[in-house]
Amino acid sequence: MSEPRPEEILIATIAELLQGLGHVAVGAASPIPGAAAFLARERSGGAPRVSLLGSQAHNFFTDGNRELFDCAAQGRIDAFFLGGAQIDGQGNINLVGIGGYPRSRVRFPGSFGSAYLYHLVPRVILFREEHSPRTLVERVEFVSAAGVSPANHYRPGGPFALVTGRCVFAFDRARGRFRLASVHPGHSVAEIEAETGFAFDRPEQVPQTALPDAATLAVIRGPVAAAVAESYPAFAARVFGIGAESAA
Amino acid sequence: MGPAVLSLDDLAARVPDGVQLALPPDYSGCAVAAVGALIRRGAGGLRLVGVPQMGYQADLLIGAGCVASVEAAAVTLGEQGPAPRFTAAVRDGSTEIRDSTCPAIHAGLQAAEKGVPFLPLRGILGSDLLRHRDDWRVIDNPYGEDDPIVLLPAIRPDVALFHAAQADRAGNVWIGVRRELMVMAHAAKATLVTVEEIVDEDLLADDRTAAGTIPALYVTALAEAKRGAWPVGLRGRYGPDLAQLQRYAAAAATPEGFAAYLREHVLGQEAAE
Repeated sequence: MSEPRPEEILIATIAELLQGLGHVAVGAASPIPGAAAFLARERSGGAPRVSLLGSQAHNFFTDGNRELFDCAAQGRIDAFFLGGAQIDGQGNINLVGIGGYPRSRVRFPGSFGSAYLYHLVPRVILFREEHSPRTLVERVEFVSAAGVSPANHYRPGGPFALVTGRCVFAFDRARGRFRLASVHPGHSVAEIEAETGFAFDRPEQVPQTALPDAATLAVIRGPVAAAVAESYPAFAARVFGIGAESAA
Repeated sequence: MGPAVLSLDDLAARVPDGVQLALPPDYSGCAVAAVGALIRRGAGGLRLVGVPQMGYQADLLIGAGCVASVEAAAVTLGEQGPAPRFTAAVRDGSTEIRDSTCPAIHAGLQAAEKGVPFLPLRGILGSDLLRHRDDWRVIDNPYGEDDPIVLLPAIRPDVALFHAAQADRAGNVWIGVRRELMVMAHAAKATLVTVEEIVDEDLLADDRTAAGTIPALYVTALAEAKRGAWPVGLRGRYGPDLAQLQRYAAAAATPEGFAAYLREHVLGQEAAE
C-alpha cells in the first residue's frame, strides 16, 4: 500500500466526523466529502445512509430536488457539507462573490442551499482545501449563510467543524469561534497561524491529524473510489486513476 | 385536445422575448436542442429562473445575449468549473442576477402550484441574500412567539422548458423520478417539453409509469428531439458528454472562443435538424 495522498487523508479525517450518524447528505461539487461519507458507511457496516445529490446510484429521493430540503427541515439529515470561497472566523460563508455586489469583481456560482441547510442540519462540516488568508478571512464580503444566529432564531443546525488542506478546526457555537483541533502531517501550528486570516482558539498541545491505516486506505481506493466515480469522474480519474478514459 | 406536437423551431417560437423562463439543472432534464433553436431565432430579454440552479444551457443563452436576468441558487458547469459567460455577464452588468437559495425557489414554485401568494421557509435569516431580495419578507410566526420566519413569494414562470424521455400520443410526459420537472409544469403558465420519442402506449394506463408522468393538462406543446439533452445527458438514456462540456468550458472562457463554439455547435446545427 503506497503512502496516503493528501486527498485520502482528508477523506479519512472527514469520515471520522461522521461516525455514528444515520443520514449524511452531500451536495454539488463535493468529491472529497462524498468519498468521506462513503468511507464512513463502508467502515460501519452500512450506516450512515448517504445521499449524493446529482447521483443516480446514490440518491434515493423520489420527490424531486425539493425533497432534500424538506427532509432537512424535518430533522431527517444529520450531516451536510458546505464550502466557501471565503469562510470567516464566525463561521459565515461566502459562495457569491468578491469585490462588490451584485457586479462582483470575482463571481462564484452562488449560494446553493447553504442559506437554509446551515440552519437546519445539526452537523454542517465546512470543507475548503485551500487554507490561506485569501480563503479564511476575518469577515466574508457576502454572507451566503450565517455562522451563528440570535437566540430567537429557529436553528437546530450550524457549523460543526472546518476541514482544510492544513488542519481541522472545531466550531464552538456558544462562543461563535473556531478552535484548532488537529494539524495534518507535514504542517505546523505556526504555519496555520500565518495562513489563517481570522483569530481562533487553540489548546496548549495541538495533536496531529491521524493518518489512515492500510485497511482504511484499501477501502478508500476500492469501494469508495468506485462509488464516487459515478458522480465525480474527473476527480476519480485524477486521484484514483479510475475511469480515466471517459473523463479525459 | 392534447398539446400540439411541433417542430423544434416552432416550439422555440412559443417562448416570446422577455418572458420568465424556468429551466432545470444539468442533472435533471435539459431541453438543450430547444435552447439551441431559441438562440438561432435570436430570442432576447429572457428572465431565467433556475430550478433551482442552472448550468450549460443557461450559460449558452447568456453568452448568446438572450438573457436580461437570472434568478437562481447557482449557475455552474459543475466539475467543468464556473459558468464563464454567466460570470462575465454578472461582472459587466449585462445580466441582472437575483441570487436565491435552492429551497426558496422550490417554495416559490410550490406556492404557485397551490395558487397561494407565498410560502414560509425556515433558515435564510442572517444571510445577505435576504438583504438584497426586496421581494422576500420576514414575519413573526403567527402560531408561535418571537419566532421570525421568512416568506417567499410565489414564482409563476411564463414558460417552463425541459426535456424528458417519453411522451404519449395524448401528450402525457414521463419524467420518472425527476419530479422538480413536475413542479415546474404545475407552476408555469405554459410548459414546453422536448422528448426523446413519442410512444403509442398510454403512459397513464400503468401506475408504474403514471406515478412519474406529467398529465397532458399541464403540457402546452411538445417537440421530438432525439438526444435533445446532449451534451448534458438524460438520466437513464445517455450520460453527459464530458469531452464536449470540457470543450465548452475552455472555449467559453473568452468571448471569441464562445462565439466560435456557438457558430460550430449551435448556429450551424440548423440543417442537421
